[in-house]
Amino acid sequence: MPESAKPQRRIEHYVAPVIEEQPPTDAVRVSGKPSNLWRDAWYDLRRRPLFWISMAIVAVILLMAVWPTLFTHTSPTDQCLLANQNGGPEPGHPLGFTFLGCDIYARIVWGARTSLSVGLLSTIIGSGIGLVMGALAGYYGGWLDSLLSRIGDVFFSIPYILAAVVVMTVFAQYRNVLTMSLAIGGFAWASTARVVRAEILRVRQAEFVTASTALGLGRFKILTSHVLPNALAPLLVLATLAMAGGIVAEATLTFLGVGMGGDVMSWGRDISDAQRSLRIAPMSLIYPSIALTITVLAFIMLGELVRDAMDPRARATR
Amino acid sequence: MLAYILRRVLQLIPVFFGSTLLIYAMVFLMPGDPILALFGDKPPSEALLATVRAQYHLDQPFLVQYYYYMLGIFQGDMGTTFSGQSVNAVLERTLPVTGRLAVMAIGIEFLLSIIVGTISALRKGKASDHVNLVVSLIFLSMPIFVMCFIAQYVFAIQLGWFRPTVGGQNDWGDLWLPAIVLGLSLYATSMRLMRGSVLDTLNQDWVRTAYSKGLPGYRVLPVHVLRNSLIPVITNSATNFGVLLVGATVTEYIFNIPGVGNTLFAATLKHEGPTIVSFVTVFVILYVLVNLVVDLLYGLLDPRIRYA
Repeated sequence: MPESAKPQRRIEHYVAPVIEEQPPTDAVRVSGKPSNLWRDAWYDLRRRPLFWISMAIVAVILLMAVWPTLFTHTSPTDQCLLANQNGGPEPGHPLGFTFLGCDIYARIVWGARTSLSVGLLSTIIGSGIGLVMGALAGYYGGWLDSLLSRIGDVFFSIPYILAAVVVMTVFAQYRNVLTMSLAIGGFAWASTARVVRAEILRVRQAEFVTASTALGLGRFKILTSHVLPNALAPLLVLATLAMAGGIVAEATLTFLGVGMGGDVMSWGRDISDAQRSLRIAPMSLIYPSIALTITVLAFIMLGELVRDAMDPRARATR
Repeated sequence: MLAYILRRVLQLIPVFFGSTLLIYAMVFLMPGDPILALFGDKPPSEALLATVRAQYHLDQPFLVQYYYYMLGIFQGDMGTTFSGQSVNAVLERTLPVTGRLAVMAIGIEFLLSIIVGTISALRKGKASDHVNLVVSLIFLSMPIFVMCFIAQYVFAIQLGWFRPTVGGQNDWGDLWLPAIVLGLSLYATSMRLMRGSVLDTLNQDWVRTAYSKGLPGYRVLPVHVLRNSLIPVITNSATNFGVLLVGATVTEYIFNIPGVGNTLFAATLKHEGPTIVSFVTVFVILYVLVNLVVDLLYGLLDPRIRYA
């Protein structure tokens, strides 16, 4: 942020209450709106072109997931002709055909829904568990902290792709968006919990928390209405990055053959199917990989930009 | 220091039991009957089935089974796979392969990230720095299996520099391609850490002092800047080493490397309970120990850090 853009700060030293109306305070902002972490971050973000580029990519992918027929009228499953096997681009089929003669572009468009829904749901599950566990551990401390932190360590120490593979094997009959998200989010929450716990420990020391206690608020009420809202900034960053992680995990599990079965379309599955004809038709593997990479890239860039915007130190040194 | 290590090791105990119990419970829930699987296609008689079931304590409740399993672990017996090999033997065969792969990958990641990160930091804001950051973002967002396939297609199939898969021949020299891919997949984070760390150090007083004493750049850079910037990269690489020892499943699967990840994955598809539980148990121990070493490394590298 340029130096001149900072709101003016006037320091008034408290000497004696000569004039009753003047509040005896130190360092008050007298002009402009009160500063606020979220508003500063937004102010910083909206003038970064990368932010708008990533937002645009996310918006397009989201639109694909919600309304695929807006992008293509070719069916990804029903109009497959073996005559088109591994065929090159044709009018109306810009990316060519897969091994089974399906339109690659249509399959990419329809695959966005699986990626985004698993990514979103696993992020909600993972961040939700991480938030509750981290907040309780950090805020209440004591034996609850020890217990929850050890539980977190247990989940942290099991490699989560392997754990998800085992979970998906256990629930082999019920492979759907929900079980998949549970398998991913249920094992990915430990790092979120650690960050939330550290942040809660920091906020708990703040003076407004002491003030709330002095005012007679209940402990839980203070947690939900004063501590948590002030500890949410890192969670937003982690959630954006978890979205990228969830999308990768879905594609990886599907690629390994423990993803959703049936005729669910997924980029991971297209990549997995295409590996058999990698030597003769690399393009049917490359295109879904590009779609996957760009989507993940957009979420990672968003996460990093938001992190930089939320961190005043990073903002100053940039 | 000793008290710190002791406390950390004591904390490992509940984590060890918790994670083995968790994985044991998940395997317990797996569909399919392991004893029937043991007999293959020919169905055994009821009496034989009951005998074998009792031999493996499978007629007991869940917690009793877990107790017997733990008893075996502490006596150094990890159980047997469905093909009759002891899990210890399988581990002895597969762990060195994964170890070699991890050492090579971490070596590549470490050297590359230090060199590129330092150059990038010294040229902050220049075109080459921006190119570096963009490239690292791409490496960061490309899933590992996509990188594996691209490497396999370009360098093995098209250029013929490497064999596309590794298979039985898995000595140091045979693991170059998967090691490079793994190294590159970890490179981005390390490179950015190194860049940030060098930038931080360049602004420190002692660097300014060194320059104002008249020391030449080739002396200031290695002695005063690099040595102090290496700490985050070393600890990050050590953590990654732990991750690779247990988590190179996808790479091992694509390149057909007979390491622990690939073996465990194959065992999971075959619902081989004992193999899964024992492997994960070993993983948890390895992972937790590596993390302990990383935490101790901090203190070794940075004398300002004290353990309490």
